[in-house]
Amino acid sequence: MSDRKTMNLKLHVWRQKGPGAPGRLEIVEARNITPDHSFLEMLDQVNEELIKADKEPIAFDHDCREGICGSCSQVINGIPHGGQERTTVCQLHMRTFKDGDAIYIEPWRARAFPIVRDLIVDRSALDRIIQSGGYNSCHTGGVPDGNTLLIPKPDADYAMDAAECIGCGACVAACPNGSAMLFTSAKVAQLAAVPQGKAEATTRVCAMTETMHKEGFGNCSNHYECQAACPKGISVKFIARLNREYQKALFK
Amino acid sequence: MILDGKSPKGPIETSWDKHRFDMKLVNPSNKRKYKILVVGTGLAGASAAATLGELGYNVESFCYQDSPRRAHSIAAQGGINAAKNYPNDGDSIYRLFYDTIKGGDFRAREADVWRLAQVSNNIIDQCVAQGVPFARDYAGYLDTRSFGGAQVSRTFYARGQTGQQLLLGAYSALSRQIKAGSVKLFPRCEMLDLVVVDGEAKGITVRDLITGEIRCHAGDAVVLASGGYTNVFYLSTNAMGCSVTATWRAHKKGAYFANPCYTQIHPTCIPQSGDYQSKLTLMSESLRNDGRCWVPKKKEDIGKPANQIPEEERDYYLERKYPSFGNLAPRDIASRAAKEQCDDGRGVGPGGRGVYLDFAGSINRLGEQVIKERYGNLFDMYERITAENGYKVPMRIYPAPHYCMGGLWIDYNCESNLPGLFVLGEANFSVHGANRLGASALMQGLADGYFVIPYTIANYLARITPGKVKADNPEFRKSAEDVQVGIKKLLSINGKRTVNDFHRSLGKIMWNNVGMARSEQSLKEALKEIPALREEFWQNVKVTGSGTELNQQLENAGRVADFLEFSELLARDALNRNESCGGHFRVEYQMPDGEARRDDENFCYAAAWEFKGVDNEPELHKEPLAFENIHLAIRSYK
Repeated sequence: MSDRKTMNLKLHVWRQKGPGAPGRLEIVEARNITPDHSFLEMLDQVNEELIKADKEPIAFDHDCREGICGSCSQVINGIPHGGQERTTVCQLHMRTFKDGDAIYIEPWRARAFPIVRDLIVDRSALDRIIQSGGYNSCHTGGVPDGNTLLIPKPDADYAMDAAECIGCGACVAACPNGSAMLFTSAKVAQLAAVPQGKAEATTRVCAMTETMHKEGFGNCSNHYECQAACPKGISVKFIARLNREYQKALFK
Repeated sequence: MILDGKSPKGPIETSWDKHRFDMKLVNPSNKRKYKILVVGTGLAGASAAATLGELGYNVESFCYQDSPRRAHSIAAQGGINAAKNYPNDGDSIYRLFYDTIKGGDFRAREADVWRLAQVSNNIIDQCVAQGVPFARDYAGYLDTRSFGGAQVSRTFYARGQTGQQLLLGAYSALSRQIKAGSVKLFPRCEMLDLVVVDGEAKGITVRDLITGEIRCHAGDAVVLASGGYTNVFYLSTNAMGCSVTATWRAHKKGAYFANPCYTQIHPTCIPQSGDYQSKLTLMSESLRNDGRCWVPKKKEDIGKPANQIPEEERDYYLERKYPSFGNLAPRDIASRAAKEQCDDGRGVGPGGRGVYLDFAGSINRLGEQVIKERYGNLFDMYERITAENGYKVPMRIYPAPHYCMGGLWIDYNCESNLPGLFVLGEANFSVHGANRLGASALMQGLADGYFVIPYTIANYLARITPGKVKADNPEFRKSAEDVQVGIKKLLSINGKRTVNDFHRSLGKIMWNNVGMARSEQSLKEALKEIPALREEFWQNVKVTGSGTELNQQLENAGRVADFLEFSELLARDALNRNESCGGHFRVEYQMPDGEARRDDENFCYAAAWEFKGVDNEPELHKEPLAFENIHLAIRSYK
């Protein structure tokens, strides 16, 4: 069991009323935090204190709190999700901090993610990338038996590696160009790797790439910050696959 | 009133096929004239919206999350059942039907369960076509594994993230329809009222969570797929935003709520570590294959490191109490036994609410490497949350609320007693009876959305004139006003206690009195405490900010206010059901060996409650359950 001693921390939190409003870092004290608090539970406790003091609680996105829904989106001390390997903010625990620490908490910052309030951003651009082609156009019903087309295990595993993306947008926040290449490539690669997705591979990669640019995401210049920040460990090899699929499409 | 579930007559094997033929159809060119409102974008909601949109209906889809892909179906780990019989091990539609009825402790409607088993195979095919990366064997065929409550290998899976992959499949189908313009998406919108016109569901009132705008949407039918109510216990494995609000507000507008007392408590979760805790995390119960549950025999040993408690001073209580099943006793038994040890003052860890799950024996026998291969990801997850190494010291586990089998009452067509209101997935009550088997929730959500509602909703729509009720109908104005009044009331109290604080108190009442083991006394206690807490809430809650902006406290306040009403119904239903069955355990009704004692003579019915006002007793309506294909028998896994 971890040390039960509590700690006090000084939070520098980004506060912003709305999309057009000016924002700034505000200092908020976090008191009596145990090492077993999760990072979001620490913020819950801070919010309870703020409410009791008639102050506005800090707004932040969160939901499942088990690292799979992709809601939570905070840059902690300059690193999306806080820098613990393969860990979302909700799974980060306060035992990685010590008494007296100053912690800087900011929202995802990218041109394509306008700030909604405090730490909440609008990530609907990612949905629109998927809407432009991140699917197989199969009708409900009228599909063949699941074993009609065999998928070699390595291909199925490769598709699953890509499919683990939770759509949180940390890759965009980590990228100096605000690029969504890792996100987009994961879906392109997943569907291109299996026979069911091949029929639309060309149109898909073109449409999704075009939407990505239109939404204001930058380009990839091989910093690999996305891979380092990704809580699911999505590999940059999928970006290479995206580029390959795109080139193939251009020659068709 | 005796309710009619409208099960089709005749042989069960052909019941769904015959019913599909008997139902009315909507002409393809007329479909676009009908507007359907779908609330929720989990497996049931997303698959329903996508399929209805594809058929040509005019669909509006609502979710409280920022993206439909974040609905809580995403967190399901284990897998999805289907009666494919690919391994040639004796599975069949009939066997899946049988296992589900028996697993539900004979409290589900036969015809609904048959249909679920029948369409289970279509679901797998559909998901494969969408590109869902199910596990494959080396020959490239779909792989399956075994799961609790079944003797065949029928569970399809995608690593430990099956729910995520199935939901992303449904989300992709939904995205395709959004692009095509047949579905209009309203993210960050929470349903706060059902609009009923002349006795039929014709719309919803929502709050835009970004702007705070209260808006009415009119439609020809409403489909609720808003999930379960397990967060009534405060701490559960559900997401923070999961609530009873959509279904409860439909209930207050006349929809019957069925079997709310059927809740599932999962035995292998990571225990609570303090009062600040916001949720509980589940670990696959497969851990019990190699771990042994124990607590110290003597209370003096509590607090000592586990390795300083000698073997003869340990109480392997499951092996002691259930020698034949031991650590693999069924979920409900294992959960209750852990609670008993802790109630006896022998629980371990913070607050004394935990039991050891010890792998030392297995590691000595098989080596650490074997255990790592089997459960490595779970040991990692455990260490990330607790900072303890499960290979070196025993894990600590405790049961946690996980799923609810109860929900809005529906007939065989998934239609509630209010015409035009359809309820899918965990939000309805139908197929799991009093207990849900593993890998069945995903199956139900997708069955309802892809393969049931597209047929049954047409049968309703074909009988009405499209677009008859418009948003300028006075019922809409009244609904919007009522919602506004509720919000203003919450904001005006300005008391001393936070919303979370009330939710935590409610959770304690529910967990202690209406949790794993219920008694007449504990339920009556809850029925006293809940109204008192509700009254305090409406006098002393503090919600900051305004209603015309993003306000997460206000959102949560509305949800907790609904839980404070709903919890009373849950306790009342549990008090009414003088028997033990599945997840509902009344200590007065048990076999000498601690198994649930059902009372088929008096309680073989679904209890559907009608709302009569917040402080008035609800009225009970019964739907008798007939078992014509599977003989009513004592559920035994010995």
